[in-house]
Amino acid sequence: MITVSRRYQFAAAHVLRQPALSDAENERVYGRCANPNGHGHDYGLEVTITGPVSPETGRIIEPERLDEIVRRAVLERFDHRLLNEDSLFQAAVPTAENIALAVHGQLEEPISSQRGVRLLRVRIVETRRNHFDYGEMP
Amino acid sequence: MLRITRGIEFSASLRYRRDDLSEEENRRCFGPRACRHGHNYRLEVTVRGEPDPATGMVLDLKDLNDLLEREVMSRFDHRDLNDDTPYFEKRLPSPENLATAIAEILREALAPGQFDRIRLYQDRDLWVDVIEP
Repeated sequence: MITVSRRYQFAAAHVLRQPALSDAENERVYGRCANPNGHGHDYGLEVTITGPVSPETGRIIEPERLDEIVRRAVLERFDHRLLNEDSLFQAAVPTAENIALAVHGQLEEPISSQRGVRLLRVRIVETRRNHFDYGEMP
Repeated sequence: MLRITRGIEFSASLRYRRDDLSEEENRRCFGPRACRHGHNYRLEVTVRGEPDPATGMVLDLKDLNDLLEREVMSRFDHRDLNDDTPYFEKRLPSPENLATAIAEILREALAPGQFDRIRLYQDRDLWVDVIEP
């Protein structure tokens, strides 16, 4: 199996809290991440795709095409934003897990609309100390 | 089963061109990649196996180093992928095709069943994995 991965970055703020919980309960669950004024990260986003290598271009997908898809579906939407204000996080707390799920959901359709190409996995690198994967791990 | 990964780095030049296209068509099709340019590739080679009961090693890293020197570095380091190697006469020297060529070379060179995967970084933000089932 052959896969291509590309790394992107976006800077975003989030607040981890469940509306149904009190301040004290949110702080117990999310610790410092519950700070109501928010905090932020330079998120790394790694996108891994697979598919046949085109004999004409030598590529599974032109990197510029993938960049364009990711820019439209994710980076323009999340970069320099408060994630809690995005419609994707009205019913879901914007944890890195939920960001990975949301990003996968945003990318799956536009990537699979490229002939034969399939989104395999997204990785959200929240800090150097932790990252979150959703999808297949070959 | 255990996996061991060894990283090496090599620098090579290349250009994307198809002989069936004119100079201008190549430029239109491949943009700046139609001009000769270069990359510092990083290659991570993963082999798999069981440790030998006597030595405690899956394979001797020195032997792996020698093999990578012989099979990869001597072929690709400070070479032009189009002009100095036979692998891109019929395919473009994309990272996909370079990784596929290196995987074929290493599958042959390693003992049967040892090849697990390679990861070829063209730069920090783009890499290709070739993974054995």
